[in-house]
Amino acid sequence: MTINLTLIVLLAVVYSTGFYLLMQRSLMRIVLGVVLLGHGANLFLQAAGGPPGEPPKAGGSVLGALSDPLPQAMALTAIVITFAVTTFLLALAYRSHALLGHDEVSDDVEDQRIRQHPEAEQESQAVVSDEPGEHV
Amino acid sequence: MSVLVAVPVLLPLLAAGLALVLSQVGQAQRVIAVAVLAAVMVDAAVLLAVVDDTGALVLRLGGYGPPFGITLVADRLSALLLLVSSVITLAVLAYSISQRVTDYGRAPSSTSFHPIYLVMCAGVALAYLTADLFNLFVSFEIMLAASYVLITRGTTAKRVQANMTYVIVSLTSSLLFITLIALVYAATGTVNFAELEGRVADIAPGAQLGLALLALVVFGIKSAIVPLHFWLPDSYPTAPAPVTAVFAGLLTKVGIYAVIRTQTVVFTHADTWNLLLFVALVTMIIGVLGALAQVDINRLLSFLLVSHIGFMLFGLALFSPLGLTGVILYILHHITVQTALFLIAGLITRHTATVSIRDMGGVAGQRPWLAVVFAVPALSLAGIPPLSGFIAKITLLQGGVEADSVTAYAVAFGAIATSLLTLYAMARIWVMAFWGEPPERAPDKPDAVETAGSARPMLLVCASLVAFGLVIAAAAGPLSEVAGRAAVNLLDGGVYRSAVLGGDVR
Repeated sequence: MTINLTLIVLLAVVYSTGFYLLMQRSLMRIVLGVVLLGHGANLFLQAAGGPPGEPPKAGGSVLGALSDPLPQAMALTAIVITFAVTTFLLALAYRSHALLGHDEVSDDVEDQRIRQHPEAEQESQAVVSDEPGEHV
Repeated sequence: MSVLVAVPVLLPLLAAGLALVLSQVGQAQRVIAVAVLAAVMVDAAVLLAVVDDTGALVLRLGGYGPPFGITLVADRLSALLLLVSSVITLAVLAYSISQRVTDYGRAPSSTSFHPIYLVMCAGVALAYLTADLFNLFVSFEIMLAASYVLITRGTTAKRVQANMTYVIVSLTSSLLFITLIALVYAATGTVNFAELEGRVADIAPGAQLGLALLALVVFGIKSAIVPLHFWLPDSYPTAPAPVTAVFAGLLTKVGIYAVIRTQTVVFTHADTWNLLLFVALVTMIIGVLGALAQVDINRLLSFLLVSHIGFMLFGLALFSPLGLTGVILYILHHITVQTALFLIAGLITRHTATVSIRDMGGVAGQRPWLAVVFAVPALSLAGIPPLSGFIAKITLLQGGVEADSVTAYAVAFGAIATSLLTLYAMARIWVMAFWGEPPERAPDKPDAVETAGSARPMLLVCASLVAFGLVIAAAAGPLSEVAGRAAVNLLDGGVYRSAVLGGDVR
């Protein structure tokens, strides 16, 4: 299979920017990172299908010169899924903003505990997960 | 006959739609959900009997074969996991319904819980049954999208904060999953497991290893393998007890199933994989040590969950029939016991009105039956004979000894140490929560013993789950024979290939 160098360089840029944004504190930037990574992944699926050929429709074109339709179908599905999950993430960011006044990802619970108790006394304060006996 | 394969996916999805339409009629919603999950359970039992008798059942959707069509396959492993999972989902549903009915009466409905729960069940079933990598991605997304909603429902600030990590981490692993699919497709030109098996062997060994490692990372995030486990103890305990229980019991195990399926059918390993063995050891030790440092009962159980993922990796890393038999038995045991423990922890916190085991005490005196129901799965998790945990662990250890290498012995030793430390963690809960004097209650806290007076239906659900664990132990003979046959099938990809492709197509 031939490799399109432009596409590969583009993919590397999109992936690294996406992962960089994913490691930020603000949920808004994380959403942007997810969007970028999603695009990168879908582009990668396209690249995996090999070089473009004729449109894959019945009767219209020569067998053997067609592009591979399978990665396109997979990319379509993946686009729908990443789109839906991005929407959910946006809703979560909005709710976080409404409830907490900011949209920052909080520290690890264990990290918070260790910071509170620099000495070995890590057990003295219980980290309590949530109200017990709650309903679904 | 092959229509049986589609039922566990189709029925819950259709029922989810119906339950959404009937969201104002609580009673109807509950009847639909229970009936459908019970039907799935029966279907899974029939499927197991048929598959064990005649070999894998294959369903080609729309009559299209691989690589273009969607293929569902039920082999022995899928059918076994499907059966146990459907028992668990039914039990958790019964628990959540009885919790709601106990507290609010029969009339009120919980508009979104039942539909989303059913969608999650469909996703789990599809993950077990699918025969290609891309469909596995879709099923993971169905399952995870439902889980995002379940875990962030009833939004308190704390829950939103804790579960952002869960959503972002899962999403990252999903994006890596798409990348894996693209790489695999670029290398082999197919995503069907059966076709992959032959073609992966033809590509360069370095590329093979790279793909296998990426697959391990993708599914390792979902199944909380150390060092990819950090999100689990922070997010799972924040959900209500039934949700935590079903997540802990099922979702991580689906991840482990995906690891097993990809590493045996797609990427073949002829011998023990030392890297995976090392990861297994680290997972066991770090998980159990994390558990010992906890005072929140749910966090403690979450760390133990991480620790016991290591046992399943141990058996897989050996790549021997005995090791894989042990893994399958361990998954069946662990799904049941871990779910039961989280449900019982829900009852304990309901009774004591706290999640910190330091503030508990004297539960055994006040609720002797709760103590009995807790003790059995706790001992089973630690691997005390004759419970199901013992049978699974002894098979794994036999597999380790059979491998007869220094690394395998070292990990087997680590597994024994982890079991003892698990017993210690359980003893800690027992001593602090069940023995001693009940603590003085602060005047502003409600008297939990009064409010939780009628937890009997929930206790009954927990008890039947514990009884199911005992059934697994009692049926260990035939069960380990089926698991053994499933393990042989996994290691010999030819059976799977000829079932899916129908003949020796390459």
